[in-house]
Amino acid sequence: MTALLIKGVRPYGEGDPVDMLVRDGVLSEIGPNLAADGMRMLDAAGLVALPGFVDLHTHLREPGREDAETIESGSRAAALGGYTAVFAMANTDPVTDNAVIAEHVWRRGQAIGLVDVHPVGAVTVGLDGAKLAELGTMAASAAAVRMFSDDGYCVDDPLIMRRALEYSVALDAVIAQHAEEPRLTAGAQAHEGERAARLGLAGWPPSAEETIVARDCLLAEHAGGRLHICHVSSAGTVEVLRWAKDRRDVWVSAEVTPHHLLLTDERLTSYDPVNKVNPPLRTAADVKALRSALADGAIDCVATDHAPHAPQDKDCEWSQAKPGMLGLQTALSIVVETMQVAGLLDWRGVARVMSERPAEIAGLADHGRPLEVGEPANLALVDPDARWTVRGEQLASVAGNTPYDGMELMARVVGTVLRGRVTAGQERIAG
Amino acid sequence: MKHLLGTEGLSAKTATAVLNTADNLKRTLLGREVHKLPTLRGRTVVTMFYENSTRTRASFEIAGKWMSADVVNVSASGSSVGKGESLRDTALTLSAAGADCVVIRHPASGAAQRLAHWLHAEGTAVVNAGDGMHEHPTQALLDAATLRERLGPLDGRRVAIVGDVLHSRVARSNVHLLSTLGAEVVLVAPPTLLPVGVASWPVAVSHTLDAELPSLDAIMMLRVQAERMHGGFFPSAREYSITYGLSEARQAMLPEHAVVLHPGPMLRGMEIASAVADSPRAAITEQVHNGVHVRMAVLYHLLAGEEATP
Repeated sequence: MTALLIKGVRPYGEGDPVDMLVRDGVLSEIGPNLAADGMRMLDAAGLVALPGFVDLHTHLREPGREDAETIESGSRAAALGGYTAVFAMANTDPVTDNAVIAEHVWRRGQAIGLVDVHPVGAVTVGLDGAKLAELGTMAASAAAVRMFSDDGYCVDDPLIMRRALEYSVALDAVIAQHAEEPRLTAGAQAHEGERAARLGLAGWPPSAEETIVARDCLLAEHAGGRLHICHVSSAGTVEVLRWAKDRRDVWVSAEVTPHHLLLTDERLTSYDPVNKVNPPLRTAADVKALRSALADGAIDCVATDHAPHAPQDKDCEWSQAKPGMLGLQTALSIVVETMQVAGLLDWRGVARVMSERPAEIAGLADHGRPLEVGEPANLALVDPDARWTVRGEQLASVAGNTPYDGMELMARVVGTVLRGRVTAGQERIAG
Repeated sequence: MKHLLGTEGLSAKTATAVLNTADNLKRTLLGREVHKLPTLRGRTVVTMFYENSTRTRASFEIAGKWMSADVVNVSASGSSVGKGESLRDTALTLSAAGADCVVIRHPASGAAQRLAHWLHAEGTAVVNAGDGMHEHPTQALLDAATLRERLGPLDGRRVAIVGDVLHSRVARSNVHLLSTLGAEVVLVAPPTLLPVGVASWPVAVSHTLDAELPSLDAIMMLRVQAERMHGGFFPSAREYSITYGLSEARQAMLPEHAVVLHPGPMLRGMEIASAVADSPRAAITEQVHNGVHVRMAVLYHLLAGEEATP
């Protein structure tokens, strides 16, 4: 592979600008004014270098709903968002509950080559919560599945959850739970509170999330398995996580989405389903609790829950609409606005929650690494001073369902490097 | 007024203007053999009902016809809706076919507002005839018209709304309109049938009907839908009826002048005793009668403009 010289970049936004020399997919030299010697150069003046982002929660819709997203379009969106690895959720059609589909997703991602697409395996066959899927076969496949989730549905049967946590110990895998007690959310359309009461939308109470998180932390302690909580949405869940993390024998991690860090159920008054998401947008108090939890580590990382939907599944009545919103290309900007500019995280902290912790949780050895000589050249290059206006139709995803349409966001990923290959921002390369 | 999507945010001025128009229309038609005014001749009103309804639909149709509008009824089962057409496409089709006003009832909360959004460019007026658990503004207006007839101005009057507030669009529309018109509203229901977040509403809340009765000027009984009885919201129909039903004994605890309302359809013997429903203080048939005039007034304000006189 030819060498690439990244000129004038500030690793973690610290110190004076330096050059980073990438050779054979590895950071081979870092320092001021490295000799160019006719090699390709990437102009990174004014940019911040962070380790390439890792998204533990992405819906790429392929196979099954290629009218909303494909592995290719989703990979492009991921690369443009600064991601070098994404975890593709199992709720495809057919479901990723076997090694054949898992290997297909993995190989398709590698063939496209823009981002490492790691398939998440289903915990139960067909996501129906009744019978364990072949976790071992998926783990042993070429896709080397290490994260399992029925996301979209909660593994609500406590016995199945216990068995999954126990069984996964032998696979060194993590069980990612979509925490939603279904008996408490039948027909639910919105955060149960003042707004939903006025709008006549059936309520999704925070306790439906909190009770499952508490239960699963206790089950994980008993079973000795590793538990990851998807898309934490409530202040109460943060309290439960703090309690669980104080217990010595609970291995639990948690993620929060960018939209739960920024948006509240105030958005619902228009009844525009672009704001419909599961778990639902909650209150300003929840947003505040989620931000401080992400800052102090009670919540480990940011995951997008990138969920493309075809227009007909969004341009309809609220109750008919599918839940979910795009997230890959806007995540960094939202995290900068809600955490970095707000003084809750510095750039090192952004690297931790966007890259290092998610890579650790998923057991990825070559992502989320320090920006040091000898490490894999997986990089996100961020323009911290950029201002850009989001346009749904201009995003790389097939679908355009972004809640930020028309909003001006701060900071933007302008370049992404995956093992030395520039997967976004090629226009900055010269030579 | 461009659309009538709800009573939340409807100003006292606009609401009173509609109610006054309804009064005028009622007086104008009183004793006439021919119930027909030429006001909306040449205007087309389409009713789209995605839920079963007898009284509301008939009321809108009669209202339109008495104003000489052309009224077309589209029902969800007998149209392309049954073939899976989206609400948006149905609305755009009807608008393109010449509807000046679309009256919609739909099981999804917010459906009328979405419709108004899709029809924005077409300039078609939208009337919400009931959207999910959200609002049913013409019901609240006809309730207010009935109460004004019986009690005079509503300012300072105390009105109880009793029963399944949680699932009731009638309750929501009445809460907003009655409080806008200056009435005090008290919601009486078991905690399971009150929405989480009700504390922010401009109302008082009570779980004890007997305590409220002596101070009321009007009481509005909500229907208890069959599916709630099996949904675990209360232990049994019997216990509900004993605790929250308007029996003859309870009626006797109301002041002499107090009015009994029910949006219908009633479950006699459940939330209201048969003798109470038929008593002179019940205004249930007046509600239905006033419904026609109120809906005429709404169509008039939407389609004929504020300055014209009916």
